[in-house]
Amino acid sequence: MIQMLKLAFRNLGRNRRRTFFSALAMGMALALLLLMASVIQGEYGDAIELAIHLQSGHLQVRSADYDETKTSLKWESLIEDPDQVAARIASIGAVAVATPRLYASGFVTTRDESSGVRVVGIDPLSEANAPFRDGILEGNFLTREDREGVLIGWSLAHRLGLAVGDQISLSVNTSNGEVDEQPFTVRGVYNTGSSGFDGLTVFLPLAKAQAFTGAENRASAIFVLLRDTSQTEAVIAALNAPGYEVLTWRDMNELLVQVEQLASSYMGIFYLIVLGIAATVIVNTQVMSVYERTREIGILSAIGMRGRRVMTIFLTESGLLAVGGILLGLAIGGLAIAYFTRFGLPLDIEKFGFTGMLFRERIYTQLSIQDAVRLTLMSFIVTLLAGLYPAVLASRMEPVAALRAEK
Amino acid sequence: MEVAKVENVTRVYTIGKVETQALRGVSLSIESGEFTALVGPSGSGKTTLLQLFGCLDQPSTGKVYINGRDVSQLNRNQRADLRRGTIGFIFQFFALIPTLTAFENIEMPLLLNGLGAKERRDRVTELLEAVGLADRGRNRPDQLSGGEQQRVAIARALSIKPKLILADEPTANLDTPNGQLVMETMTRLNKETGVTFVFATHDPRVIKYAQRVVTLRDGLVAENGAQKASR
Repeated sequence: MIQMLKLAFRNLGRNRRRTFFSALAMGMALALLLLMASVIQGEYGDAIELAIHLQSGHLQVRSADYDETKTSLKWESLIEDPDQVAARIASIGAVAVATPRLYASGFVTTRDESSGVRVVGIDPLSEANAPFRDGILEGNFLTREDREGVLIGWSLAHRLGLAVGDQISLSVNTSNGEVDEQPFTVRGVYNTGSSGFDGLTVFLPLAKAQAFTGAENRASAIFVLLRDTSQTEAVIAALNAPGYEVLTWRDMNELLVQVEQLASSYMGIFYLIVLGIAATVIVNTQVMSVYERTREIGILSAIGMRGRRVMTIFLTESGLLAVGGILLGLAIGGLAIAYFTRFGLPLDIEKFGFTGMLFRERIYTQLSIQDAVRLTLMSFIVTLLAGLYPAVLASRMEPVAALRAEK
Repeated sequence: MEVAKVENVTRVYTIGKVETQALRGVSLSIESGEFTALVGPSGSGKTTLLQLFGCLDQPSTGKVYINGRDVSQLNRNQRADLRRGTIGFIFQFFALIPTLTAFENIEMPLLLNGLGAKERRDRVTELLEAVGLADRGRNRPDQLSGGEQQRVAIARALSIKPKLILADEPTANLDTPNGQLVMETMTRLNKETGVTFVFATHDPRVIKYAQRVVTLRDGLVAENGAQKASR
C-alpha cells in the first residue's frame, strides 16, 4: 500500500500545476461551503437568539384568551396579579428570569412627525431587560417610579428626529377599547443592533403602562428566559395550568424557524451544485491523466497488475488530490470565516424588506465543528466518487490496446 | 519440454468496418531454454503472435498453451495472474514507468507477486548487476540512455524468474553498439538462467543471435527453422 501511495503521489507530481489547480478547485468549493454554512449559522442562529432575547423569550405564559394579533388589553385577556405568577415561574430551576410584560399598540407624535409603535411595559429592574439596558446610547434606563419617561430605539429617534429630553405625545389603545394620549419625555435611546426592533419598540415602566392603558394590576404575558434553550420543552409541562397558555420561542418565531429550515434545504442543493462543479474538474483531470498514461497502464497490465489494482492507483491519486484540496479549502475557508467572525459581513437588511424577523446589521459567521467535519467529509467523498469513473476507465483498458497507445 | 505452444491460431482485428486478419492459422511450439527469433516484414503477424504467447490477447480461433495449460479462454484477471508469475516482457519502446527509478521498475513485478522487502532488495540488486547497471538503480528512466533503459526492462522481465520472456523488437530504437549490448545481455542470461526467450525482429544484425528463426509472412509461418545446436 505504501508503494501504491508513493506511485500515486509521484504521478500527481508529474504535472504539478494541473494537480495544484485541481486541488484548488476542490479547495475553493470546500471553502465556499464552509463560508456559506457559517453565514447561515451566523445569520439564523443569531436571529433566533436575538428574537428570543429581545422579543419572545424562550417561553411566554399568557392568558388562554389572549389574542396576540389584536394586542388585546381586555381584562379577561390578561394575566391577573402578574408579579405573583412571575415569582412562581422564577422558582423553577431551569428558569433564569421570569418577568411580566404588557403590550399595547401605540402612536408616537412629535411636532412634525408621527409613527406607529409597539408599547411595551417592563419591570425596569428585571434581568430580562439586559439587551436594552446595555444598549443605552444616550440618557438613562427607566426606573420603576418614573411616570413620564419612555425609552425609545435609536432608529425611531433618528426617524422622528428625537433626542434625550425631548417631548413626545404617545397614544395607546386601552382596556376599555378607547385610545388615550399623554405627553412623555425621552429618558434614553437604546440600540439592540436590530434596526427593525429599535424602530418600533417604545418601553414604559410596567406600573405606568398598566395605569396608562387601564390594565391595572395585569400583564399581557410573563416573559421567561431559561438557562439553556434546550430545556424549553422540559419546562413547558411545569408551566401548564388551567386558564393559561404557554408558547415556546418556536411558536412565537414560526416564520424565522421556517425560513431557517428553508435556508437549510436550499443550502443542501447549493452544496451539491458547488461540489458537482468541483467534481467535474477532478473527473476531467483524472480522465486526461488516464489517457496520457494509457501505455503505462498497458505496461502495468502486461507485468500482471490486475484491473482492480490499476483502479486503486487512480483512486489513491484522487484521494491524495482530495486531501490536498481539503487542506487548501480549510486554509482558505478558515481564514475567510475567521475574518467574518471577527468583523462581520455587512447586511443591508432594509433592502430585503424583511418584516416580522429580527436581524442584526452585520452577520457574524459561526461554524460548528459538526458542520465543518460534515462538509469536509462530503468534499472528500465527492472527490473519491469523481475519481471513480476515470479509475474504472483505466482498470478496463485492454493491455494490447493500451500498449499500442502513442505514449 | 514445451513452454509455449499455439495450435492453428487466427486473430482477426476489426477496426471500424474493416476486418484485418493478423494471423491466419499459425501452429508453433517453443521448447524450454530456446532463444528464438520471429522474423518477417511489418504486418506479418510477429507482434500479434507474441501477444498471444504472452496472454496479452486472445486468439479469434485456435488454442494457446503455456506450460501445457490451455490459456485461450482465460478471463482478464486469470491472464494477468498468469503473466505475473510466468511471463516477462521487453518492448520496443523502453517500457518503463517514468515516475519510478530503475530499482523500483525492476521491483514492481516482485511487489505484485507479494515478495518481502529484503527478498525484493536482494533480487533487484542482483539483477542490476547482471545487466551491468549496479550503479544506476537510483536513476529515473529519463536519466538513462536508451540502451540502459532496455537493460532495466530486461532485468524487470527476469525479476520474477519467468519461464518465458517475450521481446518485441527489443533493439529497434537502439543504435548498433547498444543493440549489440542488449542482445549480448539477453543471450548471456538465456545461457546462465536457462530462461526461454522469444523475440520479434526484422533487424538482420539481431537475427544472427537467434538459435532458431521462425519466419512469418502474411499471418502464416513461412519457414519454421530448426533449433541450432549452438551459437
